[in-house]
Amino acid sequence: MERLNVLKTYKIYIGGKFPRTESGRFYTPLNKKGEQLGHICLSSRKDVRNSVVAARKAFGGWSERAAFNRGQILYRIAEMLEGRKSQFIEELIFQGSTKAQAEKEVNLSIDRMVYYAGWCDKYTQVLGSINPVASSHFNFSMHVPQGVIGVIAENSTSLIGLVSLVAPIIAGGNTCIVVASKELPLCAITFAEVLNSSDVPGGVVNILTGESKEMIKPLTEHMDVNGMIYGGSNKKIVQQLRESAALNLKRIQTYDEDWMKEDAQNLYMISDCQEVKTTWHPIENIGGATSSY
Amino acid sequence: MKKNKKITWDYSPAPESAAHINLKKKYVLYIDGKWVKPSSGKYFKTINPANNETLAEIAYANEKDVDKAIKAARKAYDTVWSKTTPSERAKYIYRIARLMQERAREFAVIETLDAGKVIRESRDIDIPLACNHFFYYAGWADKLEYAFPNRKVEPVGVAGQITPWNFPLLMAAWKIAPALATGNTVVLKPAETTPLTALKLAEIIHDAGLPPGVVNIVTGYGDTGAAIVEHDDVDKIAFTGSTRVGKIIQKTIAGTDKKATLELGGKSANIILEDAPLDQAVEGIVNGIFFNQGHVCCAGSRLFIQESVAEKVIDKLKHRLNSLIIGDPMDKNTDIGAVNSKMQLDSINKYIKIGLEEGATMYQPECTLPKNGYYCPPTLFTDVAQSSTIVQEEIFGPVLTIQTFRTVDEAIQKANNTPYGLAAGIWTDKGSRIFNLATKLNAGVIWANTYNKFDPTSPFGGFKESGFGREGGLHGLSAYVKLK
Repeated sequence: MERLNVLKTYKIYIGGKFPRTESGRFYTPLNKKGEQLGHICLSSRKDVRNSVVAARKAFGGWSERAAFNRGQILYRIAEMLEGRKSQFIEELIFQGSTKAQAEKEVNLSIDRMVYYAGWCDKYTQVLGSINPVASSHFNFSMHVPQGVIGVIAENSTSLIGLVSLVAPIIAGGNTCIVVASKELPLCAITFAEVLNSSDVPGGVVNILTGESKEMIKPLTEHMDVNGMIYGGSNKKIVQQLRESAALNLKRIQTYDEDWMKEDAQNLYMISDCQEVKTTWHPIENIGGATSSY
Repeated sequence: MKKNKKITWDYSPAPESAAHINLKKKYVLYIDGKWVKPSSGKYFKTINPANNETLAEIAYANEKDVDKAIKAARKAYDTVWSKTTPSERAKYIYRIARLMQERAREFAVIETLDAGKVIRESRDIDIPLACNHFFYYAGWADKLEYAFPNRKVEPVGVAGQITPWNFPLLMAAWKIAPALATGNTVVLKPAETTPLTALKLAEIIHDAGLPPGVVNIVTGYGDTGAAIVEHDDVDKIAFTGSTRVGKIIQKTIAGTDKKATLELGGKSANIILEDAPLDQAVEGIVNGIFFNQGHVCCAGSRLFIQESVAEKVIDKLKHRLNSLIIGDPMDKNTDIGAVNSKMQLDSINKYIKIGLEEGATMYQPECTLPKNGYYCPPTLFTDVAQSSTIVQEEIFGPVLTIQTFRTVDEAIQKANNTPYGLAAGIWTDKGSRIFNLATKLNAGVIWANTYNKFDPTSPFGGFKESGFGREGGLHGLSAYVKLK
């Protein structure tokens, strides 16, 4: 007798836990063949708010972790992705990718995670400065994370678009709330499972599925969100983000990129989610001694 | 007869002379390398807030004038400035810096007359820093590829710049110098109460032989600024001013591709720990809040003192307040000059009234204020809470709120409990404590055992609702470039 498959219940990811949406709602996206992808959570405003709370709570600990440790954790994500490679490929194919496309997307996602893992303990060195002020002070500038970042993933990919945005955000010590692709949500949730088993503290990345139209507003208008990242080119969304940023001066970054390109990754995507902090301290200068002999 | 006669130790007056300055009665707009009358035909007066006397009449630019200025900037960008080699660009900016240095004394006097700030500050801080800013950015013009590893650096295009009245020339320098160094052209609108030094700067720019249209100065009120923000052919807006206006600008440009940097308000914490050198800390508190009459976006307007030393510090502070000299900004001994305008004085007095109504205890030293002009004595408020209006909102005047704390953690939480994030001060003798606080305070500038220090090499700008982008230093270049 043929064995009956165990189907997976796709959930959302908030504060390191996998609840279904508090609203109890769901939707059933179809693939090109008309097959149902699953009963996917149609997340609500309340889910957005819960995610922001979780992300804020996680921010202090994540941002103050040693950069080296963040790098290790990002590398661990890559390891876990590698281990689950076949599952991601299957999901991508089920959602409509060809096998070659799917393999490329997963490989690229893994490599991208490794790329940003390496940046964790280097970007402040490259981007920071010691400023030679004219007065008797020691003065330096370094990059520090912005805080809680809202992410609107680009709609036409399931994994690479999401990984390309999330990796630089968390590499830089931020926490985030991700609105996943509505039509291609499967890899986003499986990616959450990867995060959950990679020593990424709960709340650092929160992933919601559903109608982005419904979630963008409460996310961008949330007063405890410091920045928004959008990985697509929909002009209406760009304007909506920029307008609601006027509420609390959120930092808005939008990228119109082909994330499947190998070079769609760089240092500046990390600095886009950073603030420059400059510190001054006086240098005692009393006697006449100099540093020459 | 002579009994009980109080001996006073007043300083003799030491007034700076205004005899050597060159001020016209009427100023028109500087567009496309020419001085042109406003198409509105309207002028407004700029006054000396120290005595309410009119200094000059200033052209009021309307939309048409702004359009003309932006067209001139676009033309200059397309035909001249983008084709000027970086090293030549640098030499123009160096030349401007030198011409400013040569006329520094004139600039200092005019700044004091127009803004009400004391001559000691405009002479020793505003003007030298403005000159140095041009000198610093001049050198970047032909070295930009070193600032952005792995990227090709391109200018943004035409920059619309709107500056505030608290540091008129310095803010103009902060905006114009990096914009030119990175190859942009500029339309700048100075604040309506303090337009003179920007117009004098236009004279220098003209003398320096900068190609026509590369820098245009249009004067006017908020609607003039709005016309710049709303203009279709501006690529970048740089604004320094209130958070309220900053939010309006952000909203206005939301549907466009315009880049923006916003340098907005603040309510910065100045934290005194028990092991701090207290006399130095008191000087730091005074400099933090009374520098430039408290018209400073990064003013240390919320003082936090560790409980064990609170009484002592407050006593010392009150004593120090009594030796501050308040009065004529042109006197070289004056510590606190005139409030910039009647409107600003009204606003400060409104907050003082709210403070009293909400039950806070006020302290002001005994002092006689000049009869004419706008003045506010240095003011302390104790018995305030985190929720007090005067603790929450930016007053932009010489008004300090004082709170206490027991532990470092409590200080961090209280200091960060604000929508702003511009600056913070830390006073302690312990290095490890400084680094702990400096890491955890959410502010763009941290002053440890010092306050209100500025330098062209040092990036300035805030977190959260204090705006975005940096001005100054290597990081200040980002605001005016596109990376390819």
